[in-house]
Amino acid sequence: MEIDERILCFGLGVDDPKRIFGTTAGLVERFGPRRVFDMPTSEAAMTGVAIGASLDGARCLMTHQRLDFFLLTLDQIVNNAAKWRYMFGGQAAPVRIVVRLILGRGWGQGPTHSQNLQAWFAHIPGLKVVMPASPADAKGLLLSALFDDNPVLFLEHRWLHQMQGELPEGDHRVPIGKAAVVAEGSDLTIVTMSSMTVETLHALPALQEAGISAEVIDLRSIRPLDLDTVLASVRKTGRLLAVDTASPVCSVASEIVATAACECFDRLEGPPRRLALPDFPVPTSPALTDGFYPRAEQIAVAAAGMLGRTVDVAEIVASRTSPHDVPGDWFKGPF
Amino acid sequence: MTPTVSGQDVPREALLRSMKRLRRLEEAIAERYPEGRMRCPVHLSIGQEAVSAAVGLALHPEDLAVSGHRAHTHYLAKGGSMPRLVAEIYGKQSGCSRGKGGSMHLVDEAAGFKGSTAIVGGTIPVGTGLGLSLATRGSPQVACVFFGDAAVEEGVFFESVNFAAIRRLPVLYLCENNFYSVYSPLRVRQPEGRRIHEMVAGLGLSAAYGDGNDPELVYQMTGDALASIRSGAGPVFLEFTTYRYREHCGPNFDNDLGYRTEAEFLERRSADPVETYEMRLLESGVVTRESLATMDAAIAAEVADAFAFAEASPFPDRSEAFSDLYVGEDGA
Repeated sequence: MEIDERILCFGLGVDDPKRIFGTTAGLVERFGPRRVFDMPTSEAAMTGVAIGASLDGARCLMTHQRLDFFLLTLDQIVNNAAKWRYMFGGQAAPVRIVVRLILGRGWGQGPTHSQNLQAWFAHIPGLKVVMPASPADAKGLLLSALFDDNPVLFLEHRWLHQMQGELPEGDHRVPIGKAAVVAEGSDLTIVTMSSMTVETLHALPALQEAGISAEVIDLRSIRPLDLDTVLASVRKTGRLLAVDTASPVCSVASEIVATAACECFDRLEGPPRRLALPDFPVPTSPALTDGFYPRAEQIAVAAAGMLGRTVDVAEIVASRTSPHDVPGDWFKGPF
Repeated sequence: MTPTVSGQDVPREALLRSMKRLRRLEEAIAERYPEGRMRCPVHLSIGQEAVSAAVGLALHPEDLAVSGHRAHTHYLAKGGSMPRLVAEIYGKQSGCSRGKGGSMHLVDEAAGFKGSTAIVGGTIPVGTGLGLSLATRGSPQVACVFFGDAAVEEGVFFESVNFAAIRRLPVLYLCENNFYSVYSPLRVRQPEGRRIHEMVAGLGLSAAYGDGNDPELVYQMTGDALASIRSGAGPVFLEFTTYRYREHCGPNFDNDLGYRTEAEFLERRSADPVETYEMRLLESGVVTRESLATMDAAIAAEVADAFAFAEASPFPDRSEAFSDLYVGEDGA
């Protein structure tokens, strides 16, 4: 917002006492209520408002405390934002909007507060979809999104908010559409995203202990999807495990597996595999979410199984010091 | 009641010329549609020209506008290009949306016509957002949103007007009430006795109502609304009653379907805005038979030229289906 004074930031609660889990802290003080403001509980209209303001030259950053509320805006995002450039044959002003969608998980977020619908959005030509997993990528992708001249959906996982990591100073940008090879390996390729990247990294020591060398690709962008990086890795390792934060049917993991099957079937040394959530809405009770979300130990077991091996996950399981439904001991609710 | 408007205040001849221009173009579209060369749906505003013409003249050229599926006349009245409009309906490369949009998706950035789209109510928040940006940068421009009586039944209408009222945005909400949404009359869509502008006034903004067949009234009310908006008094909602003669979508008359009575149609048709205003200006001496003949000939020539341009223009290359998806790159 220092770089470009036409950036506006709004959404329910961006200037309230909680400041969107602290992510908008200090913004209104620095940039004033003209550029940083709360909004009526009108998700659909406010998405259209962001589109309209951008047609007059603004750049709009809009935030939803849960992705699920964004479903009210699908007409605006699908029929307007995604198609505006195309349907006017490139003759209209660009739609320069970024929508932050926060993904819930655990603590009873339940069926309407924790949906991972990145595959829906990635299905729409005209949208860009990103899902950072690290603090540096969160900063780099957010800056790239803000200065992109196309609509970008920025999906951030609530469990990553407290993550710590190196943060490059200044105008650090991560290109949209480029995956990151976060671990190099030779035995199999694990393609993942968002919080599942973190879980996958937690699975690596156990795999290494079992003598398994896994290559881990953090997609970072869901659309455009960096299939070149994925396919190069699969051609190298011959095995593919696609880990998704969503349910499996028609998921990003499905797309990854399908592409590998179509493009480098002859290089596969075994059937590719998806690891995703159960094909159900997410229940609320902690008794029902125990085991619902795949975690590092399931990833390790799945990866080893694809190589016909077993892996000792006792250490991962023993390392868990907090209940399964919170990101850490510090998390006491309510949301 | 029609207020007295002094001759100097209202560009009477320009109003008539604009109405006749809109009428002639759309009559030509209707006549030539069965040839099968305009291969997209068309939603005609024949019968509704007074509102488009008057609002188009009342808006400044630098003001902005968006509209919905029935947007030909809004586009033209705002200063859009007639040849590029017709070419777009023909699906030609020279069309205002280069063949990607057709009749329902029109744009002319140079004229401040920021776009029309086909989902009912879909551009109401977009126009509101234009107003937000104008207000944020302190511009004297106004954003005008054209829509019909059915669009006020959409949730985004209430959401958008609510936001505009909170922030006192420079937005003119321009509702053409033609009493029908496709074949559904108001009585199945809104409770009996509702007056749309009264309902909207309850949302906290200035709202007024007028006879949309009277171009001078529309012009004056719109001019007053624009002056109020430019003074910083916040958004204004204007409702004008009007009537569409042809079918919801297409070139034909459709009274045979029975969703409206022939008697109702004939009653409305007898108050035709173009013919009535032409008589009024003839009787008051603003125009003469001779000046009308000159006007009609010029309009006929313009319309013929627009069709000739469209017919002669090439189709886009098939490869263009795969361009314009993202700014800064082709394909995805």
